[in-house]
Order: sequence, then C-alpha cells, then structure tokens
Amino acid sequence: MSATATVTRPNPLGSIRIEPSTPALLVEEVSKVFSSRSGVFTRMRGGPKYSKRVVAVDHISLRIERREIFGVLGPNGTGKSTLIRLMSTLLSPDGGSVKVFGFDVVRDEFQVKRLINRVSVEASFFKKLSPMENLIFGARMYGLDGEEARREIVAILKRLGLDDRSIWTPMEDMSRGMQQKVAIARAFLTAPVLLLLDEPTTGLDPHSKREVQAFVREIRDVHNATVLLTTHDMDEAQALCDRIAIVDVGRIVALGTPSELKQLVPMPDGREPTLEDVFLALTGRTVEEAEREDKP
Amino acid sequence: MTIATQELRATYAFVERNVNLVKRYWGWEVVWLLYTVANSLAVVFISQGVNSAVGAPALSKAQVDQVVLFLAVGALVWHYLAVVFQTVSDMISWERWEGTIEYTFMAPVRRTTHMVGTSLFSLVYGFIHTAIVLLVIALVFHLDMSRANFVSATLVMIVGSLSLVGIGIMGAVLPLLYPERGSQMCYVVQAALLLVSGVYIKASEMPTPLAVMSIFSPVTYIIEGIRSALIDGKGIADLWPTLLGLFLTGVLIIPAGVWVFAQGEKYAKRTGKLKRTG
Repeated sequence: MSATATVTRPNPLGSIRIEPSTPALLVEEVSKVFSSRSGVFTRMRGGPKYSKRVVAVDHISLRIERREIFGVLGPNGTGKSTLIRLMSTLLSPDGGSVKVFGFDVVRDEFQVKRLINRVSVEASFFKKLSPMENLIFGARMYGLDGEEARREIVAILKRLGLDDRSIWTPMEDMSRGMQQKVAIARAFLTAPVLLLLDEPTTGLDPHSKREVQAFVREIRDVHNATVLLTTHDMDEAQALCDRIAIVDVGRIVALGTPSELKQLVPMPDGREPTLEDVFLALTGRTVEEAEREDKP
Repeated sequence: MTIATQELRATYAFVERNVNLVKRYWGWEVVWLLYTVANSLAVVFISQGVNSAVGAPALSKAQVDQVVLFLAVGALVWHYLAVVFQTVSDMISWERWEGTIEYTFMAPVRRTTHMVGTSLFSLVYGFIHTAIVLLVIALVFHLDMSRANFVSATLVMIVGSLSLVGIGIMGAVLPLLYPERGSQMCYVVQAALLLVSGVYIKASEMPTPLAVMSIFSPVTYIIEGIRSALIDGKGIADLWPTLLGLFLTGVLIIPAGVWVFAQGEKYAKRTGKLKRTG
C-alpha cells in the first residue's frame, strides 16, 4: 500500500483559524460514571437510588500534540472506548473538559464534529448497502460534493485493496477485514485532523492488521492528521505510537514514549521489558487477567 | 462552500440513503406492498358484506358504493399517514439496528437537517406507496371518483403531513431513550392515532371519550379534509380553514418535536444510550 497523490482532500478546518500552539487534543480531569437506577419498589422501600454505578473514566488528563500517534493501552472494559466516545461528542462528560484543537466537545460540538472522525472495533455499516453507497452517505453528511466524493471513494478503496466489484457489493458479503478497511476509508474520506481509532485491528488477520497499521502511519505522515488509538495489543501500541498512556480501571497509570515506559520497570534478569511487563508491574495483573476481572 | 450548500447536501444524504435501502431491500418492499394492498382491500370489502351480515338489504347499491368510497379513502389516507409517521419515527431504531447510529450522530449534521431529509423521503415514499394501493383499490372496486378534487386532496395531504412529521419526530425519541422497546412504543402511538382519528368511522359518531380525543388529533382533520375533497369534490376555497388549521398545527408541532428530540439526545449522551446496543 503506497501513498499516492490521486486523492484530493477537503479542508475540514475551512476558515477556522487555530493558534499553532493549540494542542490537537486537551483532556482535563475528565470523568464519566454510568449508573443504573434501582427499581421503583426498591426506592420506595428506602433502598439505594442506584443499583449499579460504574466509574468508566476517572479524572483523566491528556495533552496530545499535532501529528502525534498517541496510544491508549489497556484491557477491555477499562474505559478506553468511553474516552473515545467523550472525544467524539457521543457522550457528555460528568466532570472536566475535552478540547479538540481548542474547541470544547460540549460547547462547540458542531466545530469539533467537523474536525474528527472515528473508526470503531465494529465496522458499523448499513449491511445491505455497498461500500460506495455507505461511503457516499457519509461523504454527503460531511458536506462533500457527490461527484467528487465518488471519485475519491473509488481511489481510496482501491488503494486499500478493494477491487471494482467489491465497491458495489453489499457489505454483508464482505469479510471482516474488508469491512474494517471500508470503515477506515469512511473516516479518511472526510479528512479528519484528529482521527480516533478504537481498536481498529481487533479480530483482523495478520495481513489485514499490517495494512491497517501502514495506513494509520500514512494518515499521519502524508496527511498531517493526529491519531489517537486505543488498543489492548501491546505489539501494535509499540509499533505505532509515539506516546502511550496505560489505563486501568478508568485511570491513567503511566504515560510516556514506549522506551520511557519500559524504563519504569527494570527487569530482574536484565532483559528489556515488554509493554506487557510494564502493564503487569504497574497494575499487578496481566492484560488477560484484567479483562477477566473487569468483565461484568 | 456555503452553509446552505452543505445543509442541502446533508439533507440529500438521508434521502439518497433511504432510496438505496429501498432498492436493496426490494423483496421486502414487494412483500410490504402486498400486505398493504391486502389490508386495504380487506377493510374496503367490509362495505360489500354489510347487507349479508344483517341478513337484509339494509343498504342500496348507491349507499354501498358510498361506504366503499368512505372506507377506501380512510384506508388509503391512513396508510399514507402511517408510512410517513413510521418512516420518521423509525429513523433511530433503524440506525440502531444497523449499528450506524454513532456515526450519524457524530457527523456534523444539524438534527433538523437529519429530520428534514428523513421527512422528505417519507413524504415521497408514502405518496408513491399510496398511489399504488389506490390504483389497485380503484380497479377492484370500480371507485366512482368522478366528483373527486385531487388537487385539494393532495394539498390537504401535504399540509397535513407536517403535523405527522412533527409527531413522528417526537415518536423517534422513544427508540433513542428505550433501545429495547422504543419501536414498539411508536406502534402504540400509531394505534392510538388510528383509534381516535375517525379513520373508518366519522369522528363525531364515536363514543364520547374518543370523540373528544379526536378533536386533538390532527389526523382527524386530515382525513375529514381528504374525504371532503375526494367524495364531495370540495375545492381549496372550501377547505382553506382546514388547510390553515393543519398548517398552523404543523408549524407548532414540528419545532416542538425537534425540541423534544433535542432533550432526548442530551439525555442519551448523558446516560450513554447513543451506543449501538443502547
């Protein structure tokens, strides 16, 4: 997969002027708690108002600079996806703030939406529609001209390895790897300056995984986008990310470059620690153990 | 690119997507159309069986024809209104079912634009669907439409659709707030409108509580207006009070619907219900 100049990109910033010193993403003390209300009879009997309270994000702060690939690493169920949803305006924070290029996700929701796009672990498409039909819908929602968008869609999808026939085949007939590539194309099409990737390679075969990872690098290197990536794949985090935040139970337990994180944990046998070792040392459990424990 | 161009493109996005879905689900569309035709025919056939049901020639041939027309108009108009209401109120449940809800709500699209796009599609789709059903009923029952004023009937239908779109937008908040049962709740709203709006019986003939409720349903006035146009041949000049009333109701209900939906969306964002699985 090589970068070509065939795809012209719209400018999502439009006439918006942003100070060069403004970080791509600034998260300050953000928190999110999910609660389930107790039944009416429980409350009438003087029982608790909430039957279940889950602290998904617990006072997290982050500053991500432009053109950075930033990883949020942690097991499933530790608030990574909630954090991404807060950044993508799908959830409102209970406390703290999230700013994208200086725009607050609650107060300036519309401007933020123009600057971001997201790829989630589920490809999430209209299953009967083809990649072209799904992507043209996405393109028009972002105000792109139909004819221009169609040309771009074909160029992007072909570069991601889809042939002419696949472009018009219903999504339900495609493999998960292909669907995920279409999901990446959907995000790329709108030229986001901040791309939020929520476990984009989970469940992909090694070949598709490598292709997606190469594309993520290209989005940053060629198109100057900032990328925030959540993953529980330690190797992927190490291979892709400039800096990594390790999260556990909704909190950041360590933040730094992969080598800085490794320096935090000297190994008794003198070998270089892996990120898995770092996670184990900082949280007292392996990623697999954490996933089992955090499962509801 | 001006804001107007951008909004137009976004509006068209929803129309085009829904048209594509209709094309891809064409088999289901045929089944749905057959179901609707069968349903409408079943209702209109009631008129043919009145005399045999009472065991005496209670109604003359002319009276039976009158009942045929009365029921046919009720069935057609109800079908149109149900399609409009359902398409608008389904805009959330369908996206949730497909798993695309987060992407649509993350896009820089004003909710009003989202709703206008969905509503435009629903009006055209409902109109085409109803025209096909009308054709079948007209062929089977040899409807006498010689006095019908189609221009004023269409106008009542279009202006009346505004209120339905408003109620549909309010209804769409139910699947947003209740991911598991929201769609079924919309059917309850639809059934309530069917019951109190004089679809198959004049509203004034219904039991008092229902007759009182019918006063507050815009569907009552839409159906009465269309019956007046198609059965009595009334023109725009005769129907303008109905048209004005329906227009004003629509102008009030649509912003109210958008406001209700906006509150629902805020609540959904606070509680995490925008997730594809709720």
